[in-house]
Amino acid sequence: MLTMIGKRLMFAIPSLIGVVIVTFLLTRALPGDPAAYFAGPAATKEAVEQIRKKLGLDRPLIEQFFRYTNDLAHGDFGNSLTTGQPVAAEIRNRLPASAELTLLGLVVSIVIAIPLGVLAATRPGSWVDHLCRVTTTAGVSLPVFFTGLVLVYVFYFRLGWSPAPLGRLDVFYSAPPTVTGFYLIDTLIARDFEAFRSALSQLILPATTLAIFSLAPIARMTRASMLAVLSSEFVRTARASGLSPATVIVTYAFRNAMLPVITTLSMVFSFLLGANVLVEKVFAWPGIGSYAVEALISSDFAPVQGFVLTMAVMYVLLNLVIDILYGVIDPRVRLEG
Amino acid sequence: MKRRDFLKSATGLAAGAALPAMPSVISSAQADARSETLLIVSEGGPNNLDIHGVGTNVPGYEVSWNCYDRLISHEMKSGPGGVPYYDRDKFKGELAEDMKIDDMSVTFKLKKNAKFHDGAPVTAKDVKWSLDRAVSVGGFPTFQMSAGSLTKPEQFVVIDDHTVRVDFLKKDRLTIPDLAVIVPCIINSELVKKNASEKDPWGLEYTKQQTAGSGAYKVTKWTAGTEVVMERNEDWVGGPLPKIKRVIWRMVPQAGNRRALLERGDADISYELPNKDFQEMKANGKLNVVSLPFSNGIQYIGMNVTKPPFDNPKVRQAVTYALPYQKIMDAVMFGLANPMFGAPKDKPTEVAWPQPHKYNTDMEKAKALMAEAGHANGFETTISFDLNFAGVNEPLCVLVQESLAQIGIKTTINKVPGANWRTELNKKEMPLFTNVFSGWLDYPEYFFYWCYHGNNSVFNTMSYKSAEMDKLIDGARTAAAIADKATYDADVKGFVDLAFTDIPRIPLYQPFVNVAMQKNISGYQYWFHRRLDYRAMAKG
Repeated sequence: MLTMIGKRLMFAIPSLIGVVIVTFLLTRALPGDPAAYFAGPAATKEAVEQIRKKLGLDRPLIEQFFRYTNDLAHGDFGNSLTTGQPVAAEIRNRLPASAELTLLGLVVSIVIAIPLGVLAATRPGSWVDHLCRVTTTAGVSLPVFFTGLVLVYVFYFRLGWSPAPLGRLDVFYSAPPTVTGFYLIDTLIARDFEAFRSALSQLILPATTLAIFSLAPIARMTRASMLAVLSSEFVRTARASGLSPATVIVTYAFRNAMLPVITTLSMVFSFLLGANVLVEKVFAWPGIGSYAVEALISSDFAPVQGFVLTMAVMYVLLNLVIDILYGVIDPRVRLEG
Repeated sequence: MKRRDFLKSATGLAAGAALPAMPSVISSAQADARSETLLIVSEGGPNNLDIHGVGTNVPGYEVSWNCYDRLISHEMKSGPGGVPYYDRDKFKGELAEDMKIDDMSVTFKLKKNAKFHDGAPVTAKDVKWSLDRAVSVGGFPTFQMSAGSLTKPEQFVVIDDHTVRVDFLKKDRLTIPDLAVIVPCIINSELVKKNASEKDPWGLEYTKQQTAGSGAYKVTKWTAGTEVVMERNEDWVGGPLPKIKRVIWRMVPQAGNRRALLERGDADISYELPNKDFQEMKANGKLNVVSLPFSNGIQYIGMNVTKPPFDNPKVRQAVTYALPYQKIMDAVMFGLANPMFGAPKDKPTEVAWPQPHKYNTDMEKAKALMAEAGHANGFETTISFDLNFAGVNEPLCVLVQESLAQIGIKTTINKVPGANWRTELNKKEMPLFTNVFSGWLDYPEYFFYWCYHGNNSVFNTMSYKSAEMDKLIDGARTAAAIADKATYDADVKGFVDLAFTDIPRIPLYQPFVNVAMQKNISGYQYWFHRRLDYRAMAKG
């Protein structure tokens, strides 16, 4: 197991180096001129040059690159120009916000999609199957920002059930002391139940938006893979042996149908991190996605590079976790590791 | 936070007996906090709390304005619609209790009881250091100072602990007004020097993250891109103590959500909404919507006069006759702008800026002019705009495109990302474009100096050069400095007329600053910087 993890991490190193080089070059290839942007509306040519010098952008590209990698090696991601803060600190503060939202969205989605998929597979053609089809089609065809806006309009603006879409907490609550960065957990640790309730109620709409979006692939994959497994011979044998339908479906069929679902889950998770950008915009969520987009718009190099790098590391780790999970679910995979 | 502590103790007390009382305790505490707090929602937030910083953005100006004091500020007068409007010509002391203008210098006496947020007294040393910093750090602040002929540290002289003299390099009418803009703010020099380094002698890194001023508010929490929390400075001497105790400024990127927050009554004040929203909110009357014209600001269509076909004045006039002015006013601005076109034929030119030109949409005339210019069959060109303001620029350019097609000019729309816009402007290669210019200092010659003078600043986006124009602009500047009213008036009228006949840029309208607020919010004031001044505001 440990050798497998080690090996996988080793394989990840070249791709990370590649990511560093490519993002560096890509951000430099962007058409915008950060010096002109940050010199402000009233800048003269000399002012722009002064800023360029201050930002070190007048140096040759190769020198900029070495300085960048050197800083990176020391854990310094550079400074964001738009927010004025060190990128590493910003990502550290914002990543939990995005992760909390994405994970909650994913959990909600799994809780609904997997039973739905299983039920649809066991009763093909029934109303459950149709329900499954309708929800998945709807979920996949509605763009996230649209779902988000509709939810805000109905549940906040019209009905007033949901709190104002103002980020992670109501403005009059203060954030709990950071332990995990997840407000739901931190407020509980701080025993601040009022803030917990506020954090939870702020999360409901954005998490639902993400869940609606990710429902489709999970439910469809569960259904398809359950159908395949249910029609296989070992299930027939199990049924013939007189095992109860519940045992057959949950213990035998479901476990075997899990592998493709897990793969889909990892894909959906990475999807969600992308979709997050729009949801974060709609709900004023102080997450990492909106941060990266903002930086991109103002050709602010450092945060974009930091964001891509963080994402790359997260993908590597995610793939690793998925591989390990494969081994847990299906012992045959472990042998090959 | 205090409320939190209070609640904790309340929870402790209530643990056994008074549990049912809990909800009311919470809601009354929350109500108190809400009534003394101003909740602002806007699209963008500051990237730097110090206006002297590298690339401080416009929201950062708002923080500086409210958290720092200047030597002097402007009085208020009654503006359009009775809204308080800064008075360009009247000054009052902020940190200075007295201002004495001599022939070649101005002397300020500081208020003796003025203190910085950390309790240190405000002295003449701080004033000198701050002004030195403004003219020395480079970039925007230095540039703004130079607009008032303030360029050298030697100009700022400490007389004694509470007296400072500013020497004039030359006579310039803009020197005093330039001391009342946001840039010459007074900074706690000892505190910042302590936190400066060899690489950063002016301590810009320190003031980027925290305010070190003597202003009416101080930043207590700043999460970049998310929120800014400001608390009132109880010892402020710059003016009457503000009524708002705490300002929470949240960034809400979605315009629709900002409107929803306002209409639900959760947010107190917001700006930067689409014109359509403002117009609808105005119509339904649930909120207070203030719309005031940008002082010294105009949205225009510019043409690059160095290259054909726009080097031909006939073509420029043809375009001027072909623009759909009224449609732009109605369909793009929803009436929230002052028209800058279609003045009556016999209206004399005024000594004022902005003022409307006399062109109107007239396709027949435009076609005739195109034929005269030898372009009867038209030509192809591109029209560019800044995507950061796509809400206005995009429909505007589509309308222009449609109209120009009628006189044979085929245009392709070129959308330039905000980050690129200034680079593109600087290159001066775009043949046709729309843009806004608005000057902090509200003087015609200031506008023309930046936009029409042959020294070709960034804002002379048309690369317009005319010896006659330069003579008139320079003449007006000199005349203003020595208060020669007759020459000044003649020169201003002269350059306005020339700008309209040569028409290198076509003024469309004077845009409005729109601010929407709850009915219980009062005290909004219009300032040249167009940001909010919390100091005069009140709630309830």
